[in-house]
Amino acid sequence: MDQPSVHPVTWKRPPVLFTHTGWRRAIYAGALIYLVLAMQSIEVDWQRVYLGLDRGWKFVEGFLTPDFTTRWRDISEGLIESLTMTVTSTVAGILVSVPIGIGAARNLAPAPVYLFCRGIITLSRSFQEVIIAILLVAMFGFGPFAGFLTLAFASIGFLSKLLAEDIEACDRSQIEAIRATGASWWQVVNYAVQPQVMPRLVGLSLYRLDINFRESAVIGIVGAGGIGATLNTAIDRYEYDSAGAILIIIIAIVLVVEYSSSYIRRWVQ
Amino acid sequence: MTTNAPTPVWHYRTRKQTLLGWLGWFSLVALTVFCWQLMNENTIWAFVSDAPEQAADIGGRMFPPAWSYIDQLWEPLWDTINIATLGTLIGVAVAVPVAFLAANNTTPSRRFVRPLALLLIVTSRSINSLIWALLLVAVIGPGLLAGVIAIGLRSIGFIAKLLYEAIEEIDFNQVEAVRATGASGAQVIDYAIVPQILPAFWGISVFRWDINIRESTILGLVGAGGLGIQLSASLATLAWNQVAMIFVVILGTVIVSEWVSARVRQAVI
Amino acid sequence: MNVLKLDKLSKTYATGDTALNQVSFEVPAGQVLGLIGPSGAGKSTLIRCINRLVEPTAGSITLGGTDLAQLQGAALRRARRRIGMIFQEYALVERLTVMENVLSGRLGYVSLWRSFLRRYSPDDVSKAFSLLEQVGLSQHYNKRADALSGGQRQRVGIARALEQDPELLLVDEPTASLDPKTSRQIMRLIGDACRERHLPAIINIHDVMLAQQFTDRIIGLRAGEVVFDGPPSGLTDEVLTRIYGDEDWTRMRGEEAGADEPRTPAVDLAEGI
Ligand SMILES: Nc1ncnc2c1ncn2[C@@H]1O[C@H](COP(=O)(O)OP(=O)(O)O)[C@@H](O)[C@H]1O
Ligand SMILES: [Mg+2]
Repeated sequence: MDQPSVHPVTWKRPPVLFTHTGWRRAIYAGALIYLVLAMQSIEVDWQRVYLGLDRGWKFVEGFLTPDFTTRWRDISEGLIESLTMTVTSTVAGILVSVPIGIGAARNLAPAPVYLFCRGIITLSRSFQEVIIAILLVAMFGFGPFAGFLTLAFASIGFLSKLLAEDIEACDRSQIEAIRATGASWWQVVNYAVQPQVMPRLVGLSLYRLDINFRESAVIGIVGAGGIGATLNTAIDRYEYDSAGAILIIIIAIVLVVEYSSSYIRRWVQ
Repeated sequence: MTTNAPTPVWHYRTRKQTLLGWLGWFSLVALTVFCWQLMNENTIWAFVSDAPEQAADIGGRMFPPAWSYIDQLWEPLWDTINIATLGTLIGVAVAVPVAFLAANNTTPSRRFVRPLALLLIVTSRSINSLIWALLLVAVIGPGLLAGVIAIGLRSIGFIAKLLYEAIEEIDFNQVEAVRATGASGAQVIDYAIVPQILPAFWGISVFRWDINIRESTILGLVGAGGLGIQLSASLATLAWNQVAMIFVVILGTVIVSEWVSARVRQAVI
Repeated sequence: MNVLKLDKLSKTYATGDTALNQVSFEVPAGQVLGLIGPSGAGKSTLIRCINRLVEPTAGSITLGGTDLAQLQGAALRRARRRIGMIFQEYALVERLTVMENVLSGRLGYVSLWRSFLRRYSPDDVSKAFSLLEQVGLSQHYNKRADALSGGQRQRVGIARALEQDPELLLVDEPTASLDPKTSRQIMRLIGDACRERHLPAIINIHDVMLAQQFTDRIIGLRAGEVVFDGPPSGLTDEVLTRIYGDEDWTRMRGEEAGADEPRTPAVDLAEGI
C-alpha cells in the first residue's frame, strides 16, 4: 500500500429478497394495506368478548380440574370409536396406498397407470378431512364407519404421495443391477425397491397413525363418530370440566403415540 | 447370516427373527380385526349398502353447481383468507420465542423452561384448529375473531416444533465465533442463529399458511367465520348444488395457495 | 512487558479427559507464539480457555492485569472483545455478507439496536473496508460468505478478528482446511498483521514447517503438558520425538526441504497418533 486509499464510511446491507427498490416499496406498501384491510374485516363484539372472558376462565378451570367420571360412559365410547377408527383406517390406508404409491412412481409405472394414480392422490389431498367426512356421512350414515372411510381416504393421498416420491428417489443403480440379472418386474420391486423404502414406509405409517388419531377427534363434529362428537356435546352443554378431561386424554394419547413411534422407528432402522 | 454348521446353509433370517416377525404380523392382523369388529358393532349395514344410491342421488343434485351462487361467496372467501393470514401471523409471533425456549441449545433452562415449552407445543399440536374454534366460539362468540385465534393457537405448535428442530441443527461453530467477539446473547441470536434458521423459518411459515387456508375454509361449520358458514347453511337446506359451488371455490383457493407457497419456498431456499 | 500470563491452567472435561494439566507460560507484547502438538494434546482447549469458550477448571489467565478466569457476564464480554480469534473451519456466518461478518468484530462495542440495524460508526465501516483491502478482498464485500473459496473465507476470518482491534490474537489451526500454497499465504498474512500492530498471537498449528517459518517462539504440548518452550530453531529431532513420539524426522524433513508445493505434511501423520 503505497498511497493510503480513502475508504467509504457507510455501508448498507444490500436487500436480499426484492432487489428493485420500487418493487420493494410497492410490495411493502401492499402488504401494509392488506393488513389494515384484513384487520378491519374482523368485527369484534367487545361486549360479547367481555362476557366471554368469564366463560373462558371457567374453561381454564375445567381444564385444570378435569372431570373424567361424570361422562365417563360417553367419553370411553367415543374414545374406543376414535381408537378403532384410527387403527383400521391406517391399516386400510397403507394397504391401498402401497400399490397406488408404486403406480405413481415414474420410474416403475407406465404412463397411463402413473396418471391414474397421480389423479387419485391429487383428489385425496385437495380436500380437508372434514369436507370428505361431510360427504361420506351423507352417503353412509352417521357413525364411525364413515369416519373410517374418511381417514382411510385421506391416508391414501398422504402415504401414496410420499411413498411415490421415495421410490422415485431410490438409487437407480441398484434397480438396474437387479434388472440386469433378468429379474421380472415383481422381483425388481421386491429386491431393489422394497429394501430401500421399507424403513421410511414404517416411519410414515406411524406418523399417519398419529395424524389419523388427531383427525378422528375432529370429524366427529360433523357426525363421523369418535371422541369429537363427545367433545362437541360437552362443549354445547357448557360442561367444561368434561371437555377439559377429553382434551387432556387427546393430548396424552398423542404424546404416547409420538414417543412409541419414535421408539419403533429407531428399532426398525 | 450363515450358520456354522458343517455344510453352511444360507438362511434369510435366523429362526428367532423369523418367529418374532411372524408374531408381529399376526398381532397386527389380530388387532386390526378386533378393532374392525368393535368399531362396527353399531354400524347399520343397510345404510352402507344403500350408499351407492345415496351417492348417485347427491351427485345428481350437485350437478350442475349453482354458478351464480358465487356472488355470495366473495366475502366469505375474503374472510377465509384473512383468517388464515392473520392466524398465521399470530402463530408465528408466539411460536418464535417458544421455539427458542424449547431448543436444546438456546433454552435458558433445560430442566424447567424447556419441558414447559415442549408441553405448550404438544398441546397446541394435539388439538385441531376446528376444536380450538369450537371452544372459542363458545367462549367469545361466533365470528372471525374466534377463527383467527383458533388458527393462531393451532399454528403455534406446528411452527414452534419445526423451528426448534431447525435451531437444534445449526452449526455451532458460527455461534462460538460470534460469541468470541464479545457479543451479547441477543447479538449472538441476531448474527449467528437467525441467519442460519431464516430459510427454514420462511419455509415453515408459508407452509403453515398454506395449511391454514385449507383449515379456515371449514371453521365456519362451528361458527368461526369464512366459507364454512355458507357451507353449513347450504348443507342444512340440502342445497347440494350450492355445496358443489362452494367446493369449487375451495378447490380453486387451495390450488392457488399451494402454488403461492411453493413459489415462496423456492425463492427463500 | 508481558501481555498474557497463564498460571497453572488446568482443564478436565466432564467426560473425565484431562486436556490441560497445570500449563504456565507468558507471552510478551508483539510475540507470535506457535503452539504445536499431536492431535488431542489440548491445543484447542488451551486457546478456548483463554477467551472462555471453554471454562477452565483451575488456574489463572491474566490479560493486561485482569484475570479472565474469574470474569462473568458483561465483564467477560468486555474481555472477549479485546481478544480476536481465527478458527480452523473459518466459522464465518455463512448466510451473512462478507461485510457483516467483518463488522461483527465490533459487536462487543456497539449497542444491540445499532448492530440489529447494521448501523456501524464511520470509523468501524472504513476500518472494515481497509481490512478487506489488506486481505485482498476489496471487491467482495457484498458477497455472501458461502460464495467464497476456503482461502477467501479465512481472509474474512482474519479481517473479522482484526476489526476487533484486539490486544491478543488466538488462532486455532488456521490452515488445516487449506491447500499448501494458500496455507503459506494465510500464515504470512497473519504474521504480517501481527508485526504491523505489534500484536501478540498464539497460533495453534500442527504443521511443524509452517510453525518454524512463521513464528517467533514455539511451545510444544503433549497430553496437556508443556514439553518444549523455545525458539523455532530449537526444534531438533530429539524435541520433535518428545512432542510427537517416535518418527523418522530426518527423512520427512528431507522430503519437505525447500518444497513449497508438493508437500508431504510431516506432522499430518502425527494427527493420526
Ligand atoms: N467438548 C469436549 N468434551 C470432552 N472432551 C473433550 C472435549 N473437547 C476436547 N476434549 C478432549 O480433550 C483433549 C484435548 O482436545 P483438544 O484440545 O481438542 O486437542 P487438540 O486441539 O490439540 O487436538 C482430547 O483428549 C479430547 O478428547
Ligand atoms: Mg484442535
